[in-house]
Amino acid sequence: MKFGVLQFPGSCDEVDALEAARRVGDAELIWHAERDLGGADAIVVPGGFSYGDYLRAGAIARFSPAMESVIAFARDGGLVLGICNGFQVLCEAHLLPGALLPNANLRFTFRQLELEVLYGGGPFTKACALGERLSIPAKHAWGRYYADSDTLAVMDRSGQIVLRYAPGQNFNGSLHDIAGVCNEAGNVFGMMPHPEHAVDELIGGSADGLKIFESMRLTIEGAVV
Amino acid sequence: MRPPVQRRERAGGERVRARVLIRPKAGILDPQGEAVERALPALGFAGVGNVHVGRLIELDVEDPEQLQPMCEKLLANPLVEDYEIELLDGSA
Repeated sequence: MKFGVLQFPGSCDEVDALEAARRVGDAELIWHAERDLGGADAIVVPGGFSYGDYLRAGAIARFSPAMESVIAFARDGGLVLGICNGFQVLCEAHLLPGALLPNANLRFTFRQLELEVLYGGGPFTKACALGERLSIPAKHAWGRYYADSDTLAVMDRSGQIVLRYAPGQNFNGSLHDIAGVCNEAGNVFGMMPHPEHAVDELIGGSADGLKIFESMRLTIEGAVV
Repeated sequence: MRPPVQRRERAGGERVRARVLIRPKAGILDPQGEAVERALPALGFAGVGNVHVGRLIELDVEDPEQLQPMCEKLLANPLVEDYEIELLDGSA
């Protein structure tokens, strides 16, 4: 299978995302000005500071030519993973519910976190068990997940809250300790922590992030059979 | 001394100066506002409350009717922010 990893001016985690994806399949970068997704089976919108985070994080990247194609790809059921700034872009593009606001502590924060998988077996968590804990780092200033209470209730009922910060780990003030959510159809997923930075125990102290990429591979290859 | 340069442009049709005020929706945690509210008494300014921090966007537009869709689509995130459009007197 092939991953396409978007690259905006101001992206900074696209190479790690590319390398992480290459551990489970083929992967190539897609420059933001391209409309052609190069036949990718799944898209990763990586972390960074697309367009300088001007106005609001993700607000301008959402209108790039590549994102227009990604929106169409997602509406056709294609798998799309947004990480950190990528998650912000997917929310701004209305592919995911809610919004990401400045951290409650107003600081850029980097730390290794424990996450809980609330929805195992989904397209992005096929390689995880329900309730499993993943050790994955987060590094951001705008990670406070917000959605209104009606939306949160619907998301909770329909299994859209996929990842949660483990007790005591919610440093950014996200509602319901939300770390990662998917859309109603389940094919678009965004998370603030960085699975691509946790793919090798030697340098990341954990390879748990690989499970997200491996889950995507299982979903794509399972769909082919 | 020369007066400050007017930012209004004449080319391509008459433009109107507009101001868009964007503020966090009521009820959503506003840590910036809270930080400023805490800082003021520390500087000796007593009796201040309900501080909120938003954004101001100033722009010249040919068609003021477009301001609302601009706000909905890009300038504000209506999910978490309220916005207010103000047209400045175009006679200047």
